[in-house]
Amino acid sequence: MAIKVGMEVSIAAAQAVKQANTDIIAAYPITPQTHIVEHLAELVNNGELDAEFIPVESEHSAMSVCTGSSAVGARSFTCTSSQGLALMSEIVYIASFLRLPILMLLANRSLSGPLGIWNDHSDVMSIRDCGWIQVFAENGQDVYDHVFIGYRVAEDRNCLLPFLVNLDGFILTHMIEPIEMMDQDMVNRYLPPYQPLYTLHPDHPVTMGAFTGPALYTETKKAQDEALKGSLPYIMKGWQEFGDLTGRYYHPIERYKTEDAKIILITQGSLGGTASIAIDSLREKGESAGLVKIRLWRPFPFEEFREAVKGAELVVVIDRAISYGGPGGPLAGEIRSALYAQERRPRVVNVIAGIGGHDVAPEDFEQIIRQARKSSGEGYEIYGVRE
Amino acid sequence: MAKQEHEIGWKELNVGCVIDEPGNAACYRTGDWRSQRPVYNKDRCIRCGTCYIFCPDMAIKALEDGYIEHDLYYCKGCGICAQECPADAIAMVDEEE
Repeated sequence: MAIKVGMEVSIAAAQAVKQANTDIIAAYPITPQTHIVEHLAELVNNGELDAEFIPVESEHSAMSVCTGSSAVGARSFTCTSSQGLALMSEIVYIASFLRLPILMLLANRSLSGPLGIWNDHSDVMSIRDCGWIQVFAENGQDVYDHVFIGYRVAEDRNCLLPFLVNLDGFILTHMIEPIEMMDQDMVNRYLPPYQPLYTLHPDHPVTMGAFTGPALYTETKKAQDEALKGSLPYIMKGWQEFGDLTGRYYHPIERYKTEDAKIILITQGSLGGTASIAIDSLREKGESAGLVKIRLWRPFPFEEFREAVKGAELVVVIDRAISYGGPGGPLAGEIRSALYAQERRPRVVNVIAGIGGHDVAPEDFEQIIRQARKSSGEGYEIYGVRE
Repeated sequence: MAKQEHEIGWKELNVGCVIDEPGNAACYRTGDWRSQRPVYNKDRCIRCGTCYIFCPDMAIKALEDGYIEHDLYYCKGCGICAQECPADAIAMVDEEE
């Protein structure tokens, strides 16, 4: 039987990693990811989780260990934030090319500088093109559930790709939330043991990560791109089967009151919950407003996204990262591309908000929408910045 | 022999581009790298085998009668054989000649 408990999201995430029978945990502590890894160290130390906990000397080593352990067929987990991700990024790209189903939780935090520990999405956006499946969690339950979904999808023979779950630092990691915990039998039914396609084993020698020259490089990259694009139906299948088991259904694009909406707000991660309060308030005032939450960031669900915003006249995209000197935030860039070839397309207004831990309240969203009505849609604005 | 690199389509690649067939480095045409090729003068050759020993790529075949033959599929044109030959039986010439 599933039970609902009040628990810090980081602890729930660690419990899920345990319930998922993870074999290898390699991580280096960094705020605000720390509680997840600390709790896992405790579980391993107390004999509650039969896994190898490797206390590496850096995040570069953490991802290197996970790459190696996944290559020998071990279910491998890591977790980091901000500078930690930046340091491991060299190996992050290799893990996806080698098609190793590693699971990473990323407690989103701003990248230095200035040095800060608070939440935004500049860390994940720096590895946008790393070839991993990337999802955003809105709340603690999403995080807990996506540990199982992540492994299940990543290890699917039709995917075999590493899986990244974004959870907003502090806003989710340090929050105590009601979380429905699955019982072990349920987990085992959903998540079978990992059966690798290739492993590094002396009885069956293979080469992983061979050198490739210009004659074949393009073909290897095409294969990698097709693998990530082709994972979409299997991600959907993983969500569907999880929903059938638990009653909690997830979608690449989560829609809230979008049916007849003329104005649509677009968010990623924990802002979704706050934004929905703003949408309720706007609806009460008779405004035809809705909310689209981008859960699946890679592969980007173009078709589902276009379907979700098809009746809208104004789309307001909230980005929590800046692409300095570029066309706007990374999310807005994506959304403008997704809509450009459409015959009828809404005006897209891009607002950067909630960076470096700056809170965004429901009334801020209402203010953002008021300003967006007057905007031409050129470029982007940084919300609430003092002159 | 397996397919050459430039003949392989993306759909034929293994997941993660894993190589599951040992020893296929033999298919790799390192001869493509060459800017100079060795020209062998059999009349000068004293059949000492020095070139065969020094070739870093095993691109020289020792024939039964003691003479040699360059394997241009692998020969990178490094010129070591020409340098080491005590009888000046090997000369390096530019590929475009």
